[in-house]
Parts: sequence; structure tokens; C-alpha cells
Amino acid sequence: MPQDGPEAMEQNIILTIRDLQILARIEGQQDAAKPIVDGVSLELRRGEVLGLIGESGAGKSTIGLAALGYTRPGCVISGGSIVFDGVDLARLPVEEIRKFRGSRVAYIAQSAAASFNPARKLYDQVGEAPVRHGLMSWSEAKARSTELFRELDLPNPDTFGERYPHEVSGGQLQRAMAAMAMSCRPEILVLDEPTTALDVTTQIEVLASLKKLIREHHTAGLYITHDLAVVAQIADRIMVLRHGKMVEEGPAGDILHRPQQEYTRMLVSVRAAETSAPLPPPRHRAAGTPVLALDHVSASYRSLVKVINDVSLTIARGETVAVVGESGSGKSTLARVICGLLPPESGTIAFTGEPLPKALRQRSRDQLRRIQMVYQMPDVALNPRQTIGEILGRPVSFYFGSSGSDVRARVKELLEMVDLPADFAKRRPGELSGGQKQRVSIARAIAAKPELMICDEVTSALDPLVADGILKLLQQIQDEMGLSYLFITHDLGVVRRVSDRVAVMLRGALVAEGPLAKVFSPPYHPYTELLLSSVPEMRLDWLEEVLARRAEIPRVAALSA
Amino acid sequence: MRLFGQRLSVAATIGLVIIVVNILAAVLAPVVAPYGEADIIGDVWDAPETSQTVFGLDNLGRDMFSRLLYGARTTITIALITTLLSFTIGCVFGFAAAVAGGWLDMLLSRIVDALMAIPTLIFALLVLSVLGTSIPVLIGTIAVLDSTRVFRLSRAVAMNIVPLEYVEAARLRGEGLAWVMRREVLPNALPPLIAEFGLRFCFTFLFIAALSFLGLGIQPPFADWGGMVRDNAQAISFGGIAPLIPAAAIAILTIGVNLVVDWILSIHAARRA
Repeated sequence: MPQDGPEAMEQNIILTIRDLQILARIEGQQDAAKPIVDGVSLELRRGEVLGLIGESGAGKSTIGLAALGYTRPGCVISGGSIVFDGVDLARLPVEEIRKFRGSRVAYIAQSAAASFNPARKLYDQVGEAPVRHGLMSWSEAKARSTELFRELDLPNPDTFGERYPHEVSGGQLQRAMAAMAMSCRPEILVLDEPTTALDVTTQIEVLASLKKLIREHHTAGLYITHDLAVVAQIADRIMVLRHGKMVEEGPAGDILHRPQQEYTRMLVSVRAAETSAPLPPPRHRAAGTPVLALDHVSASYRSLVKVINDVSLTIARGETVAVVGESGSGKSTLARVICGLLPPESGTIAFTGEPLPKALRQRSRDQLRRIQMVYQMPDVALNPRQTIGEILGRPVSFYFGSSGSDVRARVKELLEMVDLPADFAKRRPGELSGGQKQRVSIARAIAAKPELMICDEVTSALDPLVADGILKLLQQIQDEMGLSYLFITHDLGVVRRVSDRVAVMLRGALVAEGPLAKVFSPPYHPYTELLLSSVPEMRLDWLEEVLARRAEIPRVAALSA
Repeated sequence: MRLFGQRLSVAATIGLVIIVVNILAAVLAPVVAPYGEADIIGDVWDAPETSQTVFGLDNLGRDMFSRLLYGARTTITIALITTLLSFTIGCVFGFAAAVAGGWLDMLLSRIVDALMAIPTLIFALLVLSVLGTSIPVLIGTIAVLDSTRVFRLSRAVAMNIVPLEYVEAARLRGEGLAWVMRREVLPNALPPLIAEFGLRFCFTFLFIAALSFLGLGIQPPFADWGGMVRDNAQAISFGGIAPLIPAAAIAILTIGVNLVVDWILSIHAARRA
């Protein structure tokens, strides 16, 4: 019906948010409140998906929850209206809103594992909402669940609901959650980062199922994510948010290819570089003894589960080697083996040509100093009760025996190296942002003057622009200090940017290893190809293309199972 | 009002005043008390009006008020030393078990299980009757018994901290057990331990009172609050208020300590946020 008149368009609008203001109370100050959503307006039509995109703190999740008439504890809707089908949810008492939630407006959260009750079968949880809202009887709800499981391409849909949450995979559970949200045939579906916690190969399947489901049921959707390429596959329109304000809004294709605002352009270019940037030319590999050499290393937990299987890997001086793989591939365990936290069962580890004792305790202080680690979550990598000065000063005094003013001078120097002001030494980690904390973690590692730095998913907890800064910093430090990096990551965009050599891990073993340009260009190892082709690209029809290609070559798809 | 740079709440101020008054009473007992600790000055359970005293006389005709002041000395000193000792023992072993893990954790945890399996009072009776009832033995016995509970708490709290990456970072650096316990684990385990401290401190008086009841606590003629409650308990049957006075002293100090503990915890919570 392309000739919809203005009246028909008006009727099609299911949700209208006008000048929404949401305030968050600040702990300890009674009257102080800071706006987390500031004057955002949007319209959502039936069958349309609006993507809300932005970095953390942009207010996108808060807007998504507001569409359900909900605010997080400590937050309050202080202005504007949220009109759903003629009713203003912002002014409705909670008991009234409850009738809408779950039945007419439903929510899919990021972590399905945290949203399911582990003690109850999937049927009971998926069918609960329509029964509670008095829409269906239990047997109807069960039939409806089975139907949804089938639509979502879940295995054995007739018996799938008989399983408990721990008996299905992460991707399947995320789809079961979609079934739960759709069980009452809602008119609006709020999807809050539904694929962010999943591996790329799983993300594709979930994304395809969600897209199919929304299209078939003509449901309106608010799709919240930080990944522009993901949202481009599913959204008709995209709204870019920053600090609780709208930056720009438009059809998905326009935002991707013709962004108007400087901020959007930055987001687009950072994300586009991940998949389409040309591979950097290979750097000269330093000759001589490699910094680290793993020779046929195998390790297992309690001699039961073999997690590292016959891995051989060398890292030359000044080189960056990336170990990539999906969750459970053993890549982080490999880091633990190198650090000595999990002594290998067989094989040898040599550091600058000398054999390295297997267990942490047998290693000398100097051997420990030469390998440093930077962690994924800056929040738990720094002791919240110590000041930055103490955190950075300890390795200085511990390894080099410095004291007093020498330590303070070195701390200042270290903060300078990671582009943080010197007065940060007096602060505690709680007063820093995520990116700043990660910089402190890096400073703590370089305080030891290491020769090898293991970076375990150092950017995956950070926003794209912040992550970009961290990667640049690491490269700058490498150029200055000539140290070697071992990057553990699932993010192929990071690999593409930083690494000289890549090792692809699958079930504890290396399936491909070599210079970046060789591993990441054809002919690929089939698993590398699967990984590479699963990273969402910044094109609107990318998802359909990939699915069509996979349908032709079932061999590759079978690997992900 | 402010203390250590933190704003004092009304409740915390009240708590602090109670603690200060109690400490002053303990320190100044010989100066302030109108009579000696063991002086018999009149009839059994004489009312305040007839005996011309503040709180009347006790079961042997001694001045309640003077005994309350002297009792503060023994009670607060013993309770404080005992609690500090039990927390030191409990935390050191609890943290060590959590950080080191393996056989050390197994060994310590089983010893604590065994100690906890014996009823506390019977165990204390046994030790005190074998070693004799002196104040150091009393303190040591109660501290060891109490430390089993502190061990369990501190081990459980530390178990949640040990897997965090900042602890792993310290281990990878090559730090020893003592550093990890003191610098990485202790500061982050403090809030629940402080809360427990407030409670344990008060339970200690009650335990001493129970021991006194069996004749193994503070020996006469020295006064302690728990013992005073027990000695005068029967006065209630004759309409006397004698046992309520030391009981009230215990209650008030307990509340005072806990008000201050709550305030300390609220500061911790605010810092964390």
C-alpha cells in the first residue's frame, strides 16, 4: 500500500515518545540529579524497526525500558510523554502499566542466561506470560511456544521446551528468550543488545531468526545496540544517541552511507575499518631468538578436560601475534598457561631461548617481570581500595627496588606514557572511566618493563571510540619500547588492525597460523573463512548475502555446530 | 559534626557519645565511684531512696552504681581484647585458607569444623577447669572459640575476592601470601567484617556472663556486667530493679557500638558507589 494517506500513516503509529526527560539521582546528594535522557522524541510505526545506537551512557537502554513504562531504580521520568496506542505510559500507575508489559510491549535482554530461571523448564517460562495475562490456557500457551520454537529454527521444536536452560546453547537460549517475548504477540518488541554476548558465528543465526520473526509477525521493534553493522541488518531507521541526546535520525541506508553529523561519521568510520580496512603490509620480522616459543604444549584442567592441545607458537621481538577463536576455544587458557597459572602437562615454553619453569611458583621474580598481562575487564583488574599511585608504584618498587621520590617520579612518567594527567595518582579506580582504567592497567604492565605483554580481550569491554584510543596507545608503546604483544581476542577487527601474525584456535588446537595477510586472505582454512564471513559488515543486505552463500555451501556452516 | 573528614549522622553521634561515656566510666571508675568495688555498705537489695545511692544496693549490699563503673572496666576491656584477638586469628587463617587454597584450606577448614562441632560452653568449661580461671585464659579461650565463626566469614568473603583479576595480577607479579592478604584482600573484605565485629563484641559480654553463671567467668569480688545480671536476677521476684541496671548498660553499649558500625558501613557503601 504505497499510497497511504496521512491519516493511514497516523494510525500506523504505535508508539510516540515526545521530549522524554529521565533523571538519575546522584548518590549522597539529595536534590542533585543528572539527566540521562534529555529531550528525545521518536515515533514507531507498526512493523517498523528503529535502531537505537550509541556508546555506553548514551541513554539507549533507558529509552528502550521507558517504552515499557519502566525506569531503573534511582531514575525518574521527569518530563515528556510515552504514548503507546493512545495511552501515556509516563502518567499511568504501575498496576495499569503491568497490563501492557509482556503482553503488548515485550523485552529481550542481553543476557538470556541471567533472564531464565535455571530450575524451571523452558515451556513453563516461555508460556508463563500469556497465561498470567489471561490470554491463553496452559495447553494453548504450550502449543504457541512450540510454534515459536519452530519459527525460530530451534532444533526439535516439539520437545525443545522440555529442556532446562542449561541444556541448550547460548544462542538457542537467546532465541528461547525471543520466543518468551513473542508469546503474547506483542505489538512492540524492545531488543536490548540481544546478540552482543554471543560469538560471531552464533550472532548470525540469532540475528537471522529475530529478523524473520519480526517481519512475519509485523511487530514494531526498538533495536538497541552499539554495533552499527548489526543494527543495519535489521532496522529500517536508525537513531544515533550520545549523552542522552539525539545526534541524528534517518533511514538505515542514509546513516550508514551518508551520515550528516561529525559524531555519526566517526562511529561509521571506526566500525567500517574493522571489516573493510586493507590489511597492513607485513612488517619486517626480527631475526634471532624469539621472545616466546611454545613447543607442542598441551594442558588440561584436573587432567580431565583437555583445553590446550598440542599448540606450537613463536613470538618474535617487537611482534604482535593475535590468537583468535570463539568462546570456549581455549584462547584465554593459553594465556594462563604462558603465565604459569595453569602448568602445561606436556610440551615446553621457552622465553628468549631459555626454558621457562612451568608453574608460577618456580619462576624467578625477573622471569615474572618480563611477561606482563592486561585484562579484559578494567573494573576488576584494579583494586578499588588502592590509589592509582599505589597500583602503579608497587611494580616499580617490587621489581626495581625503588622507593620514595623515585617511585613517585616513575608513576608520573607512566601516567604520561598512557596519556593520563599526573594528578590521577591520587585517585582511586572508581573515579575513572572504563577507558581510563584500561590505560592504568596498561601503565601497570609497562611499569615492569616487560618484554612480552599478554593482552586478553583488552578492548572488548570498551566503546568503539575508546577502544580505538587504547589500540593506538598500545601501538605507540610498542614502537617506543619494542615489546612483543600476544593479543587474545574474538574480535577480528582488532586482529586486522594490530597483528603481524595470527593463530586461529578451535577447540584447544591451532587450526591456522601465519602472517596476517596469509591467514586472512584466500585460500582460507574453512574455519577461518567461517569466522571472517560472520563478522557483520556495514551493508544493508549483508545478512541475506551471507545466509544465501551459506545455504550453498553447507560444509562451512556445519563447522559452527 | 565531622569525624575523620566524614559527616556524622545523628544516630552515629548518639552511638559515639554512648561509647565515649562508657570508656570514661571505665577509665575514671576509681575517681568517680562513691564506694569501692567490694565494699558492703548496707542491706541486700536496698532501694536507692533508703540507701542514699544512685541505683540502690546489690545482692550482698554493695553499691550498684560503683560496681557498674568498675564492671565497665573489666567488661569492656575483656570484650574488646577478646574480639580483636578473635578477629586477628580468624581473619589471618580465613584469608590464608582462601588465598592459598588447596591442602592448607582443607586442613584449616576441617580444624574449624571440628572445633565448631564441640558445644562452645562445654569446650570453654573444659579448658577453664583444666587451665584455671584467670583473665588471660578466659580471653584466650573465648577468642579461639569466636575466631571459628570469624574464620568462616572471612574465608567466605575472601573467596569472592580471590578470583578477581587484581588479585591474579598481584600473584602474577610474584607477591607473597602476606601481601595479597593484607593489601589486596583485607581492604575489600572490611565492610562485612566490621559489621560482624559490632555483633561479636556484644556477644562476648553475654558469653562471659554465661561462664560467670557457672562460676568460671570473672571471679568475685570483681564486677562484670554479665555477672551482675546473674547475681541479682532473683531481685526481680521481689520487685527490685537491680538486675535491670547492668542489663540496660549492656543493651545501651550494644546499641551504641552498632550505631557507629552502621555509620562506618554507610561510608564504605558511599565510597564504593
